Amino acid sequence: MSVLVYVESEEGKIKKSSREAVSFAKALADKFNDSVTAVVLGTVDAAELSGLGKNGAGKVLHDSESEFDKGRISPVASALAKASEQESANIVVLPKSSLSDAAAAKLSVKISAALGTNLVELPDTSDGFKIKRSIFTGKAFKFEKLLTDKKVLTLKKGAAEIMESGSEAKVESFSSGISDSDKDITILETEKAEGDILLPEAELVVSGGRGMKGPENWGMLEELAKTLGAATGCSKPVSDMEWRPHHEHVGQTGVKVSPDLYIAVGISGAIQHLAGVNSSKNIVVINKDSEAPFFKAADYGIVGDAFEVIPKLTEAIKAAK
Amino acid sequence: MKILVCISHVPDTTTKIKLTSDNQDLDKQGVQFVIGPYDDYALARAVELKEANGAEVVALNVGTQETEPTIRKALAIGADKAVRINAEPKDTQFVAKQIFEHAKDAGYDLVLMGRETSDYNSGAVHGMVAEMMGIPCVTPVMRLEIEGDTVKMDKEIEGGKEKVEAKMPLVAGCQEPIAEWKIPNMRGIMSARTKPLEVIEAVGDGETIESLGYEMPKAKGECKMIDKDNVEELVNLLKNEAKVI
Ligand SMILES: Cc1cc2nc3c(=O)[nH]c(=O)nc-3n(C[C@H](O)[C@H](O)[C@H](O)COP(=O)(O)OP(=O)(O)OC[C@H]3O[C@@H](n4cnc5c(N)ncnc54)[C@H](O)[C@@H]3O)c2cc1C
Ligand SMILES: Nc1ncnc2c1ncn2[C@@H]1O[C@H](COP(=O)(O)O)[C@@H](O)[C@H]1O
Repeated sequence: MSVLVYVESEEGKIKKSSREAVSFAKALADKFNDSVTAVVLGTVDAAELSGLGKNGAGKVLHDSESEFDKGRISPVASALAKASEQESANIVVLPKSSLSDAAAAKLSVKISAALGTNLVELPDTSDGFKIKRSIFTGKAFKFEKLLTDKKVLTLKKGAAEIMESGSEAKVESFSSGISDSDKDITILETEKAEGDILLPEAELVVSGGRGMKGPENWGMLEELAKTLGAATGCSKPVSDMEWRPHHEHVGQTGVKVSPDLYIAVGISGAIQHLAGVNSSKNIVVINKDSEAPFFKAADYGIVGDAFEVIPKLTEAIKAAK
Repeated sequence: MKILVCISHVPDTTTKIKLTSDNQDLDKQGVQFVIGPYDDYALARAVELKEANGAEVVALNVGTQETEPTIRKALAIGADKAVRINAEPKDTQFVAKQIFEHAKDAGYDLVLMGRETSDYNSGAVHGMVAEMMGIPCVTPVMRLEIEGDTVKMDKEIEGGKEKVEAKMPLVAGCQEPIAEWKIPNMRGIMSARTKPLEVIEAVGDGETIESLGYEMPKAKGECKMIDKDNVEELVNLLKNEAKVI
């Protein structure tokens, strides 16, 4: 028996959230004296595969079929169903992403498993299988007992520490044989910001709101982000007005981030915006209005004009490096 | 064309979440319930499609009687009729099964849902229903147009978007800016009172999940204020206290 874990890659490299998922699976498998089998689908750098051993995988199944690079949900769900059968795995762990959420849902139906979503910590297996999951985008937690033998689990970012102490994993090729019925959607065109740090994965985020006055002022936020190695985000009105692309919009109706540091500039801190940031470890708020509600959710605050503070802050960070 | 829109009944996004004293449930006192914000986009797009090409729009909710005002609101916004499957929406699998049982032989061309519920955030019901029905699931969808029997969509991916297409029938999990939220007008509210709202009993299914209660996150400490002319202090704190840069 083994715990199966789905591993996603981005431009040939394993995503950090997937490494976390592998380490989570390892800690879970240890409770049952099981091992971890990672499933990697599509084009990935070869060294990345065996390297998953460090994070806890005993074995890596790799299906190099380039069809998987197209980001369809159905082939991923089918491949995981097949791998779970082959490995007689009762537990399948998936990192959080919009594709894996839907793949997890389909998989749970395919293999008749209970689905536990957005787990924030390792399940308690002392009496049954108890999970703790994030609900209301991190505003509360719910405890649930999964009653079926088979379980599909999706993780919230930060659910496990990445372990680096494992040995090389054995890599086996795997053929899931994508069926025609799984090619159920046609992908016509992909538009993607190349080389940018992905917002949902980012450790550091610099985010701007309506207080930035216009898209022409984003240069200073980008400069700050570049200095820190941070991703950029924004509030909903900013993407509604098309100052920034939609995929940067953070909040209830946008991306949920959970970085180590979220710097909010000229964002008032409406509850719907906070819904996307309240799993951040540290929040810095820069706002000219000392009454802005965001300060209540912040760890560090500066009351001041962004146009003065941001360039100074960027310089100070450069100086401290 | 027939469009099914699945709506959840969730606390308004401004709600301050509270628990009952035994932590076994959410404290619903004083909480305003609304159509899930993503589901509201799905509904708005369905009504737009109906206005443009003609379609029958059915709004469905799995819920107890207390959800009826929310369902009436969907009718006021422009759904033609509504179905309530009478059961507590205990877990995603259960909800998906109920939707499947209703939709499987009903001849829907499109099943529109939200990308996820704003309470439990599973983002799973659409995938499950699509799998049960053996039809494609596309999510999260930011644009949806119909051309003949093909649906053309923009789907958000991390760091960008993809243009995709698929044949009907299909399930889509919607998010903005697929449509503008619609606010019911007086005529809509009046007509909603007389539109059909059918109540169906749930199909019993073995439970896969048992709820064990809730917990609130730890309260945040005080916010440390730093003078705007002393940004070096912020850098120092981020470096040496928070240890994040
Ligand atoms: C159902 C629903 C869902 C929603 N989902 C989201 C969501 O996902 N994400 C989201 O962000 N919003 C969402 N909203 C909108 C939300 O309610 C707020 O309207 C929005 O977050 C406000 O954006 P903002 O803070 O950029 O703008 P504002 O509220 O206008 O705030 C601008 C801030 O900038 C400050 N400021 C102005 N000039 C300066 C300056 N020179 N220097 C420093 N500070 C300055 C001001 O003091 C103010 O605090 C949603 C709303 C609803 C109803
Ligand atoms: N109780 C419900 N009744 C009808 N539709 C629902 C219900 N719960 C969820 N849905 C639909 O399924 C989508 C995804 O929900 P979830 O998987 O719970 O995040 C929602 O956006 C709704 O469109």
